[in-house]
Amino acid sequence: MMASSYNAKDEDGHHPGSVGSGGPGAVKSKKPDNTAFKQQRLPAWQPILTAGTVLPAFFMIGLIFIPIGIGLLVTSNNIKEFEIDYTGVDMFSPCFNCSQSYSWNSTSACTCSVPFTLDQPFESNVFMYYGLSNFYQNHRRYVKSRDDSQLNGDKSSLLNPSKECEPYRTSDKKSIAPCGAIANSLFNDTLELFYIHPNGSRIAIHLVKTGIAWWTDKHVKFRNPGENNNNLSIVFQDTSKPVNWRKPVYELDPSDPDNNGFINEDFIVWMRTAALPTFRKLYRIIQKKKDNMTPTLPPGNYSLEVIYNYPVRSFDGRKRMILSTISWMGGKNPFLGIAYITVGSVCFFLGVVLLIIHHKYGNRNNNADIPN
Amino acid sequence: FFVFFTEEERRVRANDREYNEKFQYASNCIMTSKYNIITFLPVNLFEQFQEVANTYFLFLLILQLIPQISSLSWFTTIVPLVLVLSITAVKDATDDYFRHKSDNQVNNRQSQVLIGGILQKEKWMNVRVGDIIKLENNQFVAADLLLLSSSEPHSLCYIETAELDGETNMKVRQSLSVTSELGDPNNLAQFDGEVVCEPPNNKLDRFCGTLYWKDCKYPLSNQNMLLRGCVLRNTESCYGLVIFAGPDTKLMQNSGRTKFKRTSIDRLMNTLVLWIFGFLVCMGVILAIGNAVWEKEVGALFQSFLPWDPPVDNFLFSAFLSFWSYVIILNTVVPISLYVSVEVIRLGHSYFINWDRRMFCSRSNTAAEARTTTLNEELGQVEYIFSDKTGTLTQNIMTFNKCSINGRAYGEVMDILGAQQKRVQPLDFTAWNPLADRDFCFYDQSLLEAVMVGEPAVHEFLRVLSLCHTVMSEEKREGVLVYKAQSPDEGALVTAARNFGFVFRSRTPGTVTTHELGKAVTYTLLAILDFNNIRKRMSVIVRNPEGRIRLYCKGADTVLFERLHSCNHELMNITSDHLNEYAGDGLRTLALAYRDLSEEQWEAWAERFRGADKATDCRDDRLAAVYEEIEQDMMLLGATAVEDKLQDGVPETIAILSLANIKIWVLTGDKQETAVNIGYSCKMLTDDMTEIFIVNGHTVQSVREELRKSRERMLESARTRDGGKEAPPSSLLESISGEFALIISGHSLAHALEADMEREFLETACACRAVICCRVTPLQKALVVELVKRHKKAVTLAIGDGANDVSMIKTAHIGVGISGQEGIQAVLASDYSFSQFRFLQRLLLVHGRWSYLRMCRFLCYFFYKNFAFTMVHFWFGFFCGFSAQTVYDQYFITLYNIVYTSLPVLAMGIFDQDVPEQRSLEYPKLYEPGQLNLLFNKREFFICIAQGIYTSVVLFFIPYGVLSHATQSNGVPLADYQTFAVTTATALVIVVSVQIALDTGYWTAINHFFIWGSLGTYFTILFAMHSSILFNIFPKQFHFLGSAHNTLGQPVVWLTIALATVISIAPVLAFRFLKLDLKPQLSDTVRNTQLVLQKKRKPGGRVGRGSRRSGYAFAHQEGFGELITSGKNMRLSSMALATFASRHSSSWIDTLRRKKHANSTGAQNTPPTGEDSAASSQTPPLSTSSSAAGKAGQACNEPVLTHSPDDIALSVIRCPEREVGECSTGTVQVNIHLKTSSSTNCILWG
Repeated sequence: MMASSYNAKDEDGHHPGSVGSGGPGAVKSKKPDNTAFKQQRLPAWQPILTAGTVLPAFFMIGLIFIPIGIGLLVTSNNIKEFEIDYTGVDMFSPCFNCSQSYSWNSTSACTCSVPFTLDQPFESNVFMYYGLSNFYQNHRRYVKSRDDSQLNGDKSSLLNPSKECEPYRTSDKKSIAPCGAIANSLFNDTLELFYIHPNGSRIAIHLVKTGIAWWTDKHVKFRNPGENNNNLSIVFQDTSKPVNWRKPVYELDPSDPDNNGFINEDFIVWMRTAALPTFRKLYRIIQKKKDNMTPTLPPGNYSLEVIYNYPVRSFDGRKRMILSTISWMGGKNPFLGIAYITVGSVCFFLGVVLLIIHHKYGNRNNNADIPN
Repeated sequence: FFVFFTEEERRVRANDREYNEKFQYASNCIMTSKYNIITFLPVNLFEQFQEVANTYFLFLLILQLIPQISSLSWFTTIVPLVLVLSITAVKDATDDYFRHKSDNQVNNRQSQVLIGGILQKEKWMNVRVGDIIKLENNQFVAADLLLLSSSEPHSLCYIETAELDGETNMKVRQSLSVTSELGDPNNLAQFDGEVVCEPPNNKLDRFCGTLYWKDCKYPLSNQNMLLRGCVLRNTESCYGLVIFAGPDTKLMQNSGRTKFKRTSIDRLMNTLVLWIFGFLVCMGVILAIGNAVWEKEVGALFQSFLPWDPPVDNFLFSAFLSFWSYVIILNTVVPISLYVSVEVIRLGHSYFINWDRRMFCSRSNTAAEARTTTLNEELGQVEYIFSDKTGTLTQNIMTFNKCSINGRAYGEVMDILGAQQKRVQPLDFTAWNPLADRDFCFYDQSLLEAVMVGEPAVHEFLRVLSLCHTVMSEEKREGVLVYKAQSPDEGALVTAARNFGFVFRSRTPGTVTTHELGKAVTYTLLAILDFNNIRKRMSVIVRNPEGRIRLYCKGADTVLFERLHSCNHELMNITSDHLNEYAGDGLRTLALAYRDLSEEQWEAWAERFRGADKATDCRDDRLAAVYEEIEQDMMLLGATAVEDKLQDGVPETIAILSLANIKIWVLTGDKQETAVNIGYSCKMLTDDMTEIFIVNGHTVQSVREELRKSRERMLESARTRDGGKEAPPSSLLESISGEFALIISGHSLAHALEADMEREFLETACACRAVICCRVTPLQKALVVELVKRHKKAVTLAIGDGANDVSMIKTAHIGVGISGQEGIQAVLASDYSFSQFRFLQRLLLVHGRWSYLRMCRFLCYFFYKNFAFTMVHFWFGFFCGFSAQTVYDQYFITLYNIVYTSLPVLAMGIFDQDVPEQRSLEYPKLYEPGQLNLLFNKREFFICIAQGIYTSVVLFFIPYGVLSHATQSNGVPLADYQTFAVTTATALVIVVSVQIALDTGYWTAINHFFIWGSLGTYFTILFAMHSSILFNIFPKQFHFLGSAHNTLGQPVVWLTIALATVISIAPVLAFRFLKLDLKPQLSDTVRNTQLVLQKKRKPGGRVGRGSRRSGYAFAHQEGFGELITSGKNMRLSSMALATFASRHSSSWIDTLRRKKHANSTGAQNTPPTGEDSAASSQTPPLSTSSSAAGKAGQACNEPVLTHSPDDIALSVIRCPEREVGECSTGTVQVNIHLKTSSSTNCILWG
């Protein structure tokens, strides 16, 4: 930013000190324009923090936040949630054996059955989640290891996936569909719920497996390649299944063509990576009974049947199954309510403290004298 | 072959292009532009990447290309970088375009070149070295020319050099006599002289060369040169030989690159940026260590789901890569837009300065100008102002105000008529003197009466004024005289003589024609002993029509009094009494004297003079010695006092500035008394001051002693004030800053500035409220500024208007040039320029203060918002395996600094005001926070950083706490990465917007627009980026499809954002409120008052203006004297010849008669007795001292039996006309104690 002090224009003269070369009298006035902008006189609102504005603000925050917090807390407390860890770390847990004997390549499914009891009835729609802990879906290399245009049904990406997918890009010289570490590590436990009637009979609970993904994901972001070709096995014929998968992508849900291939909702849900290493993902929905009279899940004994495929023990992970009802603000979330109550109270308290300070020590006669 | 050689001498042969081409001299085409269309991109980019910041971002960009490191897409860095580079490039290109344009304009100017004996129109750029070109009146000189001939007599030509050195007066150049005869183009075409001269250099006042022509050598000097950039004036035409062309010209050689000034905020900012880099590296290291641990403990086990990338084979290498990845994502703590934004804000402030109507001077039609756009905020931190006096504090307009003739003072109207008579009508001269200047004002009737009565001394006095000068007169119409004076003082004096009937009418080389009381008199001008700064006087030797030769002299009293005839003592004492009075009134004084020369004396001296004049070596010294010989034994006539008017509003400005705790040092070339008095009239010195110390020692010891004494006095008074509280002396000195003033003279300053004493001097001077350095040289001015700058760590501002202030202006942190009377050199060297000193208060207290405030608020907020933004990644690192995963969408990272948050803070940085401008001037104390650097310093910086980090904690952990369990109302969990990213980003944008809203104190429509607009833009872009349209086009790039919609539709998300906002802002709000309530700053109070009153108040009582005193500086220049005597500059005016009359002046005869009388009586002087009081009582009681002097005067001339003081004066005049030996008998030495004036000792000799 060096400046050259010489400007050829300087040679032209006519600076104020010099006598013009007999120039005509009417010199154009260089007086700057008298506009509010140039004279920095733009009309302006000049807020100032006075006791009259700050203190009411604190009280207002307090008065607004505390009721909201109470409302949130009450709502949250009304939500019923049940969580069960089925990892099988414990020697006595039903899935211990499965967790021990697992390898990706084993062909025979290991199943275990985890009994549990619900003390309270779960009404309305009940949502069934699986939860993983210590699973770093938010790791940078993991997050980027996918090809969105392949998942969007792009033909060329299907056969030539993005480099981001490495090392899960190709297998046996065939491109992997879906490629990448995320898809490769798809959660593949199968969870089933049985109500154990007091009379001893096991009643399978109907689990709805659609409607668990974002609408945009299901309808825009994820699309099977091959447009109208319903025979996905042909569409995917030149690709290979991800290495950890038992079956190719077009067999994820052979029963429902709208839930198969890339648009399989379990797959979509998994592909929406979690922000934190402990997360839950929606697995199934238990729809409320039509009659509205009996709760969706009455209290009693249940059994969770797990086809145990997914290994987490190696990295100290945990697997959970969560059942939850829901309100207008979502699932159980006591943190928000407590936070609101706390912040509201603190603000109110702060308002009081400030008021006292202001009254005792405050400079209320600001306008009286200005030291100069 | 092509060899680069340093030119050792230049050979130029006239009219021989072939010969000259051998040397490959530069052509006359100038190129100030840096680029052309092809070179622009590479050269400009190369220049830009020399900036450390840009290189750093380029380095980051390269890092991002490594896939294992890249934590962000390449565009997150390249977009801001390209934006910054292109903004700078556009600015550079525009600058260069205008340079091209002006280059073109200059290069295409027409000049007349003599080619093959014919004058041809040629563009400037086609002029070659060795060409002969013709210049016409008012044309610019195209290159550095050797003047060959001119249309004027004696082949002179006149040039104005204002563009070159800033001096507005005209200069004269003359060609060699041999070439001057080559009048017409034909002869010139035959001219084949060869010039051998020095190589191109930048010395404007020197030229050294030889012309070889027809086997003869002719020395060439600067006197023969016309330099590029000058304008030809009053000369019909002239011919010149091009010696230096284009870039070799002295003008271009002088246009070096200027030193780039940095502000203290700049330096602080650079330090802070370095700290931030350190902080960045620390965070990188912490996260890399975390990564190592994580990869070892978890990542290695997690490999079944997430294998390491191929080159990574162990956790340490992974950690190493992670370090760089984090450097990339955390680099936003040092935002690339910082430097650009700072420049934009400064540019805005500069425009406000340029646009300010209240800094516009309609008289000179100049607006204030911020010539440097990068220093504005430093204007709000000035602690020391170093001011020149003449032309800065004063107008440099001289009016003849008072005079003392032969011991009697004239012009004291106010004293006689009393205070209540406000203004007497100025005397009307035109009634009896048709040649009088109508603008001249004088109020004392008695002087006019004295002229009318025919007082010989008064006549002689006025005659000196009308003869002894170098003024040129121009008489366009009969009776309308226009004087062209070298210095305004001289013009004032000649004009005064003119109005009192001694009209200087015209001059020829050998004569001066005056109109004495209506009669034309022509004097033969025998010699002009010109003024220079060492001699401090000038004389003329004239022969009057009767044939008597007389030397008339005027000069500085100190110099002149040493050269008076010894019989002048009494008059000298009276006169020096008057002179002290005048100096006390701040007037510029000159003493006048004359000496009669006999024909023999003159002849003998003239011989020696010619000898000295012809001397080639040490001519100046020899001439000075010869002058000295003749300027002896002169007879004192009296003294003049010229008022140097203060500029408008100077005392008020100084009063306000010193209320703002700015220390003002006046550095002036004036003598002490005048400087002190200017100090009083400017309110720098007041009668309330405890003490004013004067350091005037000539030796090192005495200066040291005087400084020590003044320090002791200060400590003493401080102790008594503090009630004997003991404190270490140094801190005590710091704490005084009370009512002391220091006046130091140039010769003392020379000692004080030596290495071993400078600290002492500085300590003493800085404890004083006002410091006046008088009789200082330009170099000393710069040294004083440098001293303060180096030791005080304070911001200094130098203000001046003349070439002698340039060094000071360049040295100080901020240089201000007054575009006034003395040309534009100071302005060219300055950072800010305006035309009135009083605008300084507005520049500092309004613009400077605002600039500082805005810049500080800007920087605080800028660092805050970037820390709040970036540190979230740090916290997230602990939850994502230290994998350098970003929290936000990469587009958000790209746009955050350049779109979402840039404009509101820019608007605040440009438009914010805490208090209105009137208040800044009303309460100068508002300026203090800037001086103490309170608004942005390391402490404030850490507070901002802490606040930023706090906000980042809130912004990460509140969404973390809420979202980790929350689900949408359809049961889908909210804890997915994209929802988290959108929530955090939205919360961030809202929090920083609320914060800027809180920081903005002055909400103009623009602020509203930018703040709301930024929020609007954020949501618009968010939804656009997350729309299916963009996803369908670029499915790989916009994978946040639907996130905005899904996330922001959830009430939980909004509750989270609201919660985060309140938690982030409430503590700030509480803290600010407490600060405002318990410890309000003055600005807060003023603002509050403003709010409460909401009505305008009249500004507080202005500081009353005392009697107007004005200053003095010897501004006279060496110049025309030699020219006049040599007769070169004369165009013989027919009018002058016509009015030449050989009539004898009656007053001259009168004087002769009286002289004879005095000779016959002077020998009979008797000692003064008490009876003298009778005579002295007749003198009007002007003052005690003058009556005492009158007494003494009478003592000398008692036998003449005079009865009026005028006669006394006359008789004193007579003394020197006797022979030296005679006079000594009549000499009376009177020692008058000026202060007491009660005791008069007369010692009679002989």
